[in-house]
Amino acid sequence: MKFINFFFAILIIFTFNLSKADEIKIQNKITKNLRCLICQGQSVYDSDSEFAISLKLVIKNKINDGFTEDQIYKYLTNKYGEWILYDPQFNKSTYLLWFLPILVFLFGGVIILKKLINIKK
Amino acid sequence: MRNKIIYILLIIFFIFVFVIFYRGLNNSNLYTPNTEKKIIPEFRTETFDKKKILNSKDIFNQNKFYLLNIWASWCVPCKDEHTLLMDLSKSGKIEIIGLNYKDNLNNAKKFINDLGNPYSLILLDRDGTKAIEWGAFGIPETFLIYENKIITRYIGPLSSKLIDEIKNYIE
Repeated sequence: MKFINFFFAILIIFTFNLSKADEIKIQNKITKNLRCLICQGQSVYDSDSEFAISLKLVIKNKINDGFTEDQIYKYLTNKYGEWILYDPQFNKSTYLLWFLPILVFLFGGVIILKKLINIKK
Repeated sequence: MRNKIIYILLIIFFIFVFVIFYRGLNNSNLYTPNTEKKIIPEFRTETFDKKKILNSKDIFNQNKFYLLNIWASWCVPCKDEHTLLMDLSKSGKIEIIGLNYKDNLNNAKKFINDLGNPYSLILLDRDGTKAIEWGAFGIPETFLIYENKIITRYIGPLSSKLIDEIKNYIE
């Protein structure tokens, strides 16, 4: 009986650690995708400014409250604008940004193809 | 003929790039979000004298102008704007509410005792999370509020010019 109790205690500790580790992982993932607005060229994850420290705490609290990653991004863009995200979301003002590389790639492909056809001729 | 077209296009391109970069020189490095009228955030916080916990809805509920000023005793620019806030508070037309940001309580009390208290109410933000709720960047930062809406915000210390702007809003 004692052994079983001991076993369960260990099991609980391990599962708790795992869920905590997941939280930290997702917190780091989110903060790495956030621009520290007052220290340019740094992510919130990298920065130790007062702003970044508070923001990390806010994100931690939000995760504890059960917010998902997208909800946290939404909450923050609502407060600070799209600029805070390193990875801009897809909407009508950013579609060009997302599609331009593909368009340039296709355009380049067409040029190369044309040249190849010309060489063959 | 073809060379000439390329030549002209190249010149137009360089002029275009030059104009864009030249205009960019005047832009501020500091990013400021669109200051459209936003509703004030909801939060609960302690007051400075620790006597009660207030809800944000109970603070800005009257039909008058409020000024929310985020300050701390360790913030040097806050000292500069403090005299301006003192003058503004004497006009009596606006209620100035302080949000004490990540501060040592004793230092904050000393700051208020030494320089005077322009605030009708001081709220506490011990870990900086309330300032994030407001969408603040750092301190000092000031929000002008009317009917639960943020009319305008000032990032950085207030100057006498900005105080005049606030006075224009009130009148």
